[in-house]
Amino acid sequence: MTQVVEGRIVDPTMVSADTKIQNYMINFGPQHPAAHGVLRLVMELDGELIERCDPHIGLLHRGTEKLCEYKTYLQALPYMDRLDYCSPMSMEHSYVLAIEKLLGVEVPRRAQIIRTLWAELMRISNHIMNVGAHVMDVGGLTPILWLFAEREEIYRFSERVSGARMHAAYFRPGGVHQDMPAGLADDIRAWAAKFPKLLDEVQALAGDNRIFKQRNVDIGVITAKEAIAWGFTGPCLRGSGIAWDLRKSQPYEIYGELEFEVPIGRNGDCYDRWMVRLEEMRQSLKLVEQCLNRLAHCEGEPIATLDRKVAPPSRGEMKRSMEALIHHFKLYTEGFKVPPGEVYVATESPKGEFGIYLVADGTNKPYRCHVRATGMSHLQAMDFLCKGHMLADAPAVLGSLDIVFGEVDR
Amino acid sequence: MTSQLPVTGGNKGVAERALGVLGEHVIDAAEAVGELTLLVQRDSAAVVLQILRDTPDLAFDQLLDIAGVDWPERTERFEVNYHLLSMRHNRRIRVKLTTDEETPVPSVTPLYPNAGWLEREVWDCYGVLFEGNPDLRRILTDYGFEGHPFRKDFPLTGHVELRYSEDAGRVVYEPVKLAQDFRRFDFLSPWEGNWKLPGDEKADGEGGAA
Repeated sequence: MTQVVEGRIVDPTMVSADTKIQNYMINFGPQHPAAHGVLRLVMELDGELIERCDPHIGLLHRGTEKLCEYKTYLQALPYMDRLDYCSPMSMEHSYVLAIEKLLGVEVPRRAQIIRTLWAELMRISNHIMNVGAHVMDVGGLTPILWLFAEREEIYRFSERVSGARMHAAYFRPGGVHQDMPAGLADDIRAWAAKFPKLLDEVQALAGDNRIFKQRNVDIGVITAKEAIAWGFTGPCLRGSGIAWDLRKSQPYEIYGELEFEVPIGRNGDCYDRWMVRLEEMRQSLKLVEQCLNRLAHCEGEPIATLDRKVAPPSRGEMKRSMEALIHHFKLYTEGFKVPPGEVYVATESPKGEFGIYLVADGTNKPYRCHVRATGMSHLQAMDFLCKGHMLADAPAVLGSLDIVFGEVDR
Repeated sequence: MTSQLPVTGGNKGVAERALGVLGEHVIDAAEAVGELTLLVQRDSAAVVLQILRDTPDLAFDQLLDIAGVDWPERTERFEVNYHLLSMRHNRRIRVKLTTDEETPVPSVTPLYPNAGWLEREVWDCYGVLFEGNPDLRRILTDYGFEGHPFRKDFPLTGHVELRYSEDAGRVVYEPVKLAQDFRRFDFLSPWEGNWKLPGDEKADGEGGAA
């Protein structure tokens, strides 16, 4: 480093006392491959250390909540898919439950099982995305390529059940849109049987990898107490060692009768959050299998409530019954009216607690539909988590928080 | 058949206990569809949340959400709803207060660090002021945005649209131009429920025979 200038030895890294050192400000994003979407991070750097980190969000704000107020309850449903587009059906889940709570509608058992099944498949699909992308953010390209082949399988299942790969609009108030097509259950079962092998391979390749550990262990540490204060939920909270899972503590659908374990981390660092997600996929596979077993016992049962003021009649019924035709027409023009009131319903989405605060005024449109975005609380802690870390750790922290901007920005 | 809805720890005795510790800060406590709502004095927001958090048998230690609601016809048109969760007792509670365009609400950022962004969101979308929030900037809308888009009197289409201008060589804002008027269909049926027919004043009993 030293060099000789005019006979004196000069160390360029040394500065005299009267030299003013200025921190360096950089813009990370909004177009950055490791930003997981349109995130702009304004960072103040001291050399390579992050002094301050200010996330600017809202670049993908589409006014979902406002749009919902101008649509009937059913028309507003597809907007939910576009929130967290990595786990679309989980977003619909809270929304339909909120409506059902206000309406006081009971959902038939088969529909509950199907919903649980898809909520878990969405969890796997979401974690595939995150587990793979996190490894890619810190330099390992292989796992995401392996995992995406399996994610594609889930999208094919989704297409078979709902007609759409991503934006399914499959969960409907009162049940689900259609029954599962013949043979789909068997295909899911066959896929679920072979998927764990890949998880083991990913674990061996990335989880036990020395470089991956060096990049993630003790990076972005948050203690249990801090995680609660910052509003962390889901895998991020469990990574800090708190066994809180809404599927266990506030069971909805048929989770109460299913057997699964809630994995928790110990140190609350990026590595623990990653490992929690990896293990959650294994647990989800157990749940998928239990759901498929239960589905086989209720073939042909209704997949939506028989209350024709909420769920439409079948096509076949409409051909024969005038009453059914009228119900169908009224449902798809006027929609159903929801009695006045307010509810907050939260489910354990793959990213954490995803809540819908719904205010109804007795008409066919929501008066207010507020989305409790999971990622917003997580992203808010970026400054807290990154302070004092190197610039290169920021993508690791960001990856471990599992941010999707469709949901954060709404 | 079991219900599809989430099962919580139940609110038995919570309202009484909360009223006991909160005293005159609470205006009203109501339970509807299994959810407990406390309507509190605006100025006591921070005090109420602190007591709810620090009383051991309530222990609402997580602030999950702050949601604004606009009711333009009321004198205090905005509602601010705080959704709290107690992991220890497995309960949820909603704390509600009202305000208008000018009166600020005490910020709860010293209690819950994640309140910062949640309050910014309510400020951005509704224009509710939070006194004590160190960083009350806009959060979801564009840089330089004007107005508060989630207010009921803010049009869905907004006031400006933006496009890339070849002449200016940058993105420019222009007043929004709609190719056709914004249509809002009224599908509400008069045939079911207690809907009043337009022009059917006789139904009220005022016009004579009713």
